[in-house]
Amino acid sequence: MDLHIIGLLVENKPGVLNRVSGLFSRRGFNIESISVGVTENPDISRMTITLEGDEKVLEQVIKQLNKQIDVIKVTELKEDYVERELALIKVNASNPDERSEVMQVADVFRANIIDVSKKTVTIEVTGDQEKIDAIIDMVKKHGIKELAQTGVVAMNRGKKSIKKGEENE
Amino acid sequence: MKGAEAVIESLKKEGVEKIFGYPGGAVINLYDALYEEQEIDHILTRHEQGAAHAADGYARVTGNPGVCVATSGPGATNLVTGIATAQMDSVPLVAITGQVPTDMIGNDAFQEADITGISMPITKHNYLIKDPSKLTKVMRKAFKIAGNGREGPVLIDLPKDIQNAEINFEYKDVDIRSYQPTKKGHPLQIKKASKAIMEAERPVLYVGGGVIASNASKEVRKLAELTMTPVTTTLMAKGSFDENHPLSLDMLGMHGTKSANYAITESDLIIAVGARFDDRVTGEIEGFAPNAKVIHIDIDPAEIGKNVETHIPIVGDAKKVLKKLIDRIKEQQVNKEETEWHNKIERWKKEYPLSYDNKGSRIKPQFVVEKIDETTPDDTIIATEVGQCQMWAAQFYDFKRPRTWVSSGGLGTMGYGLPASIGAQVGKPEKTVWDIAGDGSIQMNIQEIATATKYDLPINIAVLNNNYLGMVRQWQELFFDKRYSQTNLPQNPDFVKIAEGFGAEGKIVEKQSEVKEAIEEANSSSKPYIIDFRVEKEENVMPMVPAGASLSEVIDSEDLRGG
Ligand SMILES: Cc1ncc(C[n+]2csc(CCOP(=O)(O)OP(=O)(O)O)c2C)c(N)n1
Ligand SMILES: [Mg+2]
Repeated sequence: MDLHIIGLLVENKPGVLNRVSGLFSRRGFNIESISVGVTENPDISRMTITLEGDEKVLEQVIKQLNKQIDVIKVTELKEDYVERELALIKVNASNPDERSEVMQVADVFRANIIDVSKKTVTIEVTGDQEKIDAIIDMVKKHGIKELAQTGVVAMNRGKKSIKKGEENE
Repeated sequence: MKGAEAVIESLKKEGVEKIFGYPGGAVINLYDALYEEQEIDHILTRHEQGAAHAADGYARVTGNPGVCVATSGPGATNLVTGIATAQMDSVPLVAITGQVPTDMIGNDAFQEADITGISMPITKHNYLIKDPSKLTKVMRKAFKIAGNGREGPVLIDLPKDIQNAEINFEYKDVDIRSYQPTKKGHPLQIKKASKAIMEAERPVLYVGGGVIASNASKEVRKLAELTMTPVTTTLMAKGSFDENHPLSLDMLGMHGTKSANYAITESDLIIAVGARFDDRVTGEIEGFAPNAKVIHIDIDPAEIGKNVETHIPIVGDAKKVLKKLIDRIKEQQVNKEETEWHNKIERWKKEYPLSYDNKGSRIKPQFVVEKIDETTPDDTIIATEVGQCQMWAAQFYDFKRPRTWVSSGGLGTMGYGLPASIGAQVGKPEKTVWDIAGDGSIQMNIQEIATATKYDLPINIAVLNNNYLGMVRQWQELFFDKRYSQTNLPQNPDFVKIAEGFGAEGKIVEKQSEVKEAIEEANSSSKPYIIDFRVEKEENVMPMVPAGASLSEVIDSEDLRGG
């Protein structure tokens, strides 16, 4: 099954996230992740949804989303887009050697150390899913105490924007 | 003015004349604003479910959005089945519910229910108004959404303090940036469709409820006659094409005619208009029109390609698209003539008419429906309950005009018919209205006879009383070894006494020879009239496509006897 990234503009109103996620569960679509935040226009929020499914499922998802009254615009992001995700990873590191090892890994991934305690180091990393999976893999051996991920946000590169993006039909 | 008054003023601006509802604490302000109101009639039903179905029946026969009102909590939850019924059949409905005051929402306050949450999956859209300045805008949007594009129910949840808030009444049109349905079909697609129609050798027009909603019956007939295309309608589209027309194949699907199901199976081109390839229509999907190209005309893009592969999709309003299509075909000046296809269909129609065995001592339910057809004018409104009664009504009443058939298709809601026929009679006071009912279904909203009496609505109810939840019994007979688990209703109440108790009239009819006379008496009575027809108990609805079978595997009573 393919992973698809869908960008949508929705009315910035209470309940809209609920409508969108409810639609997915109701129609049996599988969401991998969903992220929401307000856009440059405070009346409009932007959601990024990653989902699994074949072309037929994707087509239905896009059509059903378009049908929602509070959904203003739907586009699939494919080719020529950037995607980012942010993860906070709290790793066990109870001696100086471990700490420096974790910090080196973070360095290689251009991640930030945002908190250090006697027993832990917390890393903040941004990137696509692959990069995040890779760093998690690298620090796993120290033991991950806590992990928080935002889910994907994505947009087209260059001039192309969701507002003026092509139709989805 | 107060929010409650603004609601009423908004309804007037929308041209609403009748509303159906039931009061309570959370809508007491709204009802106060209705007191002494001259332009809007409020019909007090006996249950909120009745109000929702009545508003739905009103909408189906008039084409205008139906409006229902209920209080918060139990009032609102009682609307749920009615709203879901309207959603499944794309009926324009505006439901207004009271809600606890905004500062108490979420506190489990007295009679609080999260009705916007509950109704989210069964409405086209819904609103919880928290800011009185948005009230009139929401009213306008609700009507716009309910009655535009693919129609459907919209719920407005109205907290008590909003009803009591002082607002500046201003009613302007609003633009909904995120809702702009495509109405005009794409010219290129229309061109492709006309070419496909011209080239087809065995075309079938498969017409659904969208044709009723878009008032496109005339266009369907024109297209059919122009291109000599046989027409089959879904349950929802009954009345959109005269069933006595030589090109009519009548209904298709699970209990459709053999000729319709065979024609679909052998067709090389399906022209689907405002239909959604529901599983009760298609049977096993692989076996549905296996050799056909599909043209699919629908206002809702999400329906296209949902269940079957479509070769020529056209998103748009059925009437507008058909008009363009007809113009385009006329330009080509084709002369479609009778072909082997038409002969074949004619043979099927002759060989497999809808029929029943009219022997036996008890009245046949199909006979009752035929007699109702015989004794009523063409514009009579037939509402139904759900079950065998509904299918017999669909099969044995010949529908000729749009908006004369009022039946819960998508949800299959028992208890729909009586309140819906009340709404229909309110919407069309001059017409004869019948509810063709089962003995099970009628007991689900029988309290609404009181509403009919109170408002002098001379609706008629034909109870096809078989002492069974017949449709379920039929399945148990055919697929569960006659193990009639919980489907027997041996001790039905005395329906006539019930009717009389509510101030209506009624009669028990046990003999076939008395059927017609009783129906005529009901037709001419000025009171609500119920006839308890004691019909054959184990009659089956035939033909039938067993669940999971394809349309070509349609069986009738003879096939059953033979094998
Ligand atoms: C509210 C509701 N509950 C249950 C059903 C399932 N159901 C479908 S048909 C039917 C039997 C209806 O019996 P009756 O009204 O007597 O009609 P008949 O089939 O006997 O004509 C039942 C129980 C339903 N459709 N709706
Ligand atoms: Mg029955």
